[in-house]
Amino acid sequence: MNGFQSKWKGLKKTTKVDFATYLGVTAAFLIVSFCQSRGMINSSMGGMLVPICCYIVMAVSLNLTVGILGELSLGHAGFMSVGAFSGVIAAMSLREAIPAAPLRLAVAMAVGAVFAAIAGTLVGVPALRLRGDYLAIVTLAFGEIIKELINCLLVGHDSKGLHIALNISGSLSINDLHLEEGGVAIIKGAQGAAGTTKIATFAAGYVLIMAALVIILNLVRSRSGRAIMAVRDNRIAAESVGINVTKYKLMAFVTSAALAGAAGALYGLNYSSLAASKFNFNTSILVLVYVVLGGLGNMWGSIVATVVLYVLPEALREFDNYRMLVYAIVLIVIMLATNNDQIKEKLDAVRRRFTGKGEEARG
Amino acid sequence: MEFLNYLISGISLGSIYAIIALGYTMVYGIAKMLNFAHGDVIMVGSYVAFCAISYLHLPALVAIVLAMAVCTALGVIIEGLAYRPLRQAGSLAVLITAIGVSYFLQNAAQLIWGATPKNFTSVVGFKVPPLFGGALTVSGEAVVTIAACIVIMAVLTWFTGSTKMGKAMRACSEDKSAAQLMGINVNSTISMTFAIGSALAAVAGVLLCSFSPVLMPTTGSMPGIKAFTAAVFGGIGSIPGAFLGGILLGVIEALAKAYISTNLANSIVFAVLIVVLLVRPAGLMGKYVPEKV
Amino acid sequence: MKKFLAAALAGAMCLSLMAGCSNSSAPSNPSNPSNSSTPAASNPSAPAASAPSASGAAFKLGGIGPLTGGNAIYGNAVMNGAKIAVDEINALGGIQLEFNPQDDVSDAETSVNAYNNLKDWGMQALVGTVTTGPCIAVSAEVFNDRIFALTPSASSTDVISGKDNMFQVCFTDPNQGVGAADYISQNMAGSKVAIIYQNDSAYSQGIRDTFVAEAAAKGLEVVSETTFTEDTQTDFSVQVAAAQAAGADVIFLPIYYTPASVILTQAKAAGYEPTFFGVDGMDGILTVEGFDISLAEGVMLLTPFSADADDARTKNFVDTYAKLYNGETPNQFAADGYDAVYIIYEALQAANCTPDMSAQDICEALVAVMPTITVDGLTGAGMTWAATGEVSKAPMAVVIKDGVYVTP
Repeated sequence: MNGFQSKWKGLKKTTKVDFATYLGVTAAFLIVSFCQSRGMINSSMGGMLVPICCYIVMAVSLNLTVGILGELSLGHAGFMSVGAFSGVIAAMSLREAIPAAPLRLAVAMAVGAVFAAIAGTLVGVPALRLRGDYLAIVTLAFGEIIKELINCLLVGHDSKGLHIALNISGSLSINDLHLEEGGVAIIKGAQGAAGTTKIATFAAGYVLIMAALVIILNLVRSRSGRAIMAVRDNRIAAESVGINVTKYKLMAFVTSAALAGAAGALYGLNYSSLAASKFNFNTSILVLVYVVLGGLGNMWGSIVATVVLYVLPEALREFDNYRMLVYAIVLIVIMLATNNDQIKEKLDAVRRRFTGKGEEARG
Repeated sequence: MEFLNYLISGISLGSIYAIIALGYTMVYGIAKMLNFAHGDVIMVGSYVAFCAISYLHLPALVAIVLAMAVCTALGVIIEGLAYRPLRQAGSLAVLITAIGVSYFLQNAAQLIWGATPKNFTSVVGFKVPPLFGGALTVSGEAVVTIAACIVIMAVLTWFTGSTKMGKAMRACSEDKSAAQLMGINVNSTISMTFAIGSALAAVAGVLLCSFSPVLMPTTGSMPGIKAFTAAVFGGIGSIPGAFLGGILLGVIEALAKAYISTNLANSIVFAVLIVVLLVRPAGLMGKYVPEKV
Repeated sequence: MKKFLAAALAGAMCLSLMAGCSNSSAPSNPSNPSNSSTPAASNPSAPAASAPSASGAAFKLGGIGPLTGGNAIYGNAVMNGAKIAVDEINALGGIQLEFNPQDDVSDAETSVNAYNNLKDWGMQALVGTVTTGPCIAVSAEVFNDRIFALTPSASSTDVISGKDNMFQVCFTDPNQGVGAADYISQNMAGSKVAIIYQNDSAYSQGIRDTFVAEAAAKGLEVVSETTFTEDTQTDFSVQVAAAQAAGADVIFLPIYYTPASVILTQAKAAGYEPTFFGVDGMDGILTVEGFDISLAEGVMLLTPFSADADDARTKNFVDTYAKLYNGETPNQFAADGYDAVYIIYEALQAANCTPDMSAQDICEALVAVMPTITVDGLTGAGMTWAATGEVSKAPMAVVIKDGVYVTP
């Protein structure tokens, strides 16, 4: 026991926080699963578990771009969309090839991640030359383009394989794919994916969160991660010591996109209908709100903020039509309160009284 | 002749974008913040004008002035309550607050005016006779919108260039602390900018709804985003840039719909934006300021 | 600072988790969103659906639809209509109903959340959901949980296909597309048709697809097809100009009345006056506040409901609706919501269900009885259902003359 304690004390502060994060997520998963198996979780809460997992992965991955890389992205939902639809296509067309649902889900998430990574590279290579708000608007534009392209997408699957058409003129429909008898229409343009078999599970969500955390935290604590943060803090200084700015920016951006893609695939396979308009600007903003409220660069902060802010509108159902109004006010008040010097001082004083010392971890 | 028709509808749509973008760009130039609630101020302005015309039976011009007054007050209040306390905070905190304000305005509008769309009666009373024997039809709204846009842009250029307040605004946008040292009241200058931007939003709202008569709580959000795009397109912070960006955006959108695909009109607009930014990273008329160490 | 905030958030998370847990033990505890007397109490414009005191003698009817956001008009209309029906039925003194409408912002994810929320409330049958995309998502859940659901207005065939306990009040999309094409080819033979449809709406796209297929079969010439999306529904000048340039004399609008009113205005501004032909989504165009009804002169539409109908029941409904909701005229959606509640009521009676039965038992009983009942509603007399969930009623083509519907 003593040995363990001294070992734990010997660890770096950041390593401790990382382990605490893994531990916290695992503990939360175990407690919730236990409650669920005992029927102690109501269906409202139970139904939110998988989307919460998806949004947690979205938030931590966006935190990599916004918090660690320091670039504002307003099109994160676009990558989620790419991942969701490619994941749904993969899962639906592999129904016969891979009958085991968990395996199919894993493959779908991998496919989603790969396609989102490709999209991330396509966007990142040109866009990362821009800075600040200009990068923000390009990512926003990209998200909108993805949304419209998927609205035009027609995909079906039959024994001959995948049939894909792009309805640019507005005069094609799913019938123009000429699917064989017994083929399935996977994506029907505006209708999106309808009739998807639901295979997403809470356990898969947990595994995905852990994978995302391991990937991101290891990246951040590595040599590459330090290079990425150096680029964030002072690009010119970083460049002058020989850091390849484009390479490291792209590394963070593409990793973030790939994780968003995997989260998208999980999300897409949790609902039997999925429309491209879901992944609009507002969804990107929603995830950004999670990240900012959780703290830039703070992964476990993102996780907690996601859970609280996702549950909040549901918990506010009591307020009926005033629900979203209350949500908006809460949002503004939190931003004002956390940035108010007086409140900050008071909170600091309260905390010092509790901990007895002024030591603080900036995570 | 068909081409001319498309072009004119593009220019008139673009003029509306331009008026909204002018408000966006002024606020950005000085407060350095993306005011996502700007689109919703447009919506509030339209509702005020709608109520003034339909319920109070005021003449159109009075209704517009009333809408401008309400929006000006709204803009100043929003700035004072939500943005001013965050002046020292990071840009992301302000961005999230602006989004909160946007949600707030949309939901408040739904509670006040209901979700059912209202049909906005055009404030433009005259018609333009068909040209070229009926081959070319220009609506009265298009004429008024384009004229209004040109006048507003000229007045703003004069205002920022020649008046004391305008110069103070430019000074603030260059360097806030230096401006303060020169005896400029930064807070009131920023409030003034919000007031002007919001008054423009009211005008834009009335014109937008005259052109496209459906008025809902979400009416402002997409034009808001488009106008933001237009402002970036032209070089954010630049007044002629916002004008040019708005008009170009409208024309590209109309021509893309007419000749390429109505399905992908927005995508084409955004794709052009991306290409322009790659060639000119600060927009068409923006100044590219290299970073100094 | 960050740490402290995060700790506070963590605390809040624990609380919300605990709240989630505790709710399950008491499905209808007082903190639950809309218990008996509160479903509409916090909405000042709506009357409280006078539910009987929580004696357990009432059926728990859930409702899901967009009550806020861009599609709120449809959700609110349905729920308002449904509330009127619930009040009427409760006043009859027989079967008592308790109605709990929930918001889904027309989003599949939120819709499933709302559904789960209603399940915790103890819902025994569902009126919903209102819009198609979310309805497909919820119908999968409903099918798994064996809860009876009747959608007032989600018209896609995907909603009901493969789900035996999911029924519709409205026409299916193919039904309307075929009906419109048949009507145009019979009554306006040889006309050139232009279509303007919303390419990101399942409803619009669905009707357009079957219309085009049927038009080809009937030899109807489609000269122009243009689209718009949720984001571009403010400007139709290009679409209108394209139809005009193609020489179309009929414009088919398989869309809702909100964008349709913009198209009418902008076509008029362009000096273009073809015949406009709409489907049931067009109903309501005359009720838009401030709309110049002379613009809609001569517009034709297929609709199951007309607020101008002179039968006593419609008149009574229109009057009650106006009285309760700021003088608004009910549209087709409100009538669908009203009918949905009555259909469930009739089915419950026919199946001899009692409020103490479980949702699953009620579901099986209703599924068995649905194909056998006939209901006269505001949106059609003698409505019957196939076991697939599809309704059978006659669409009615009307033309707008002097601001009222006239049968041509």
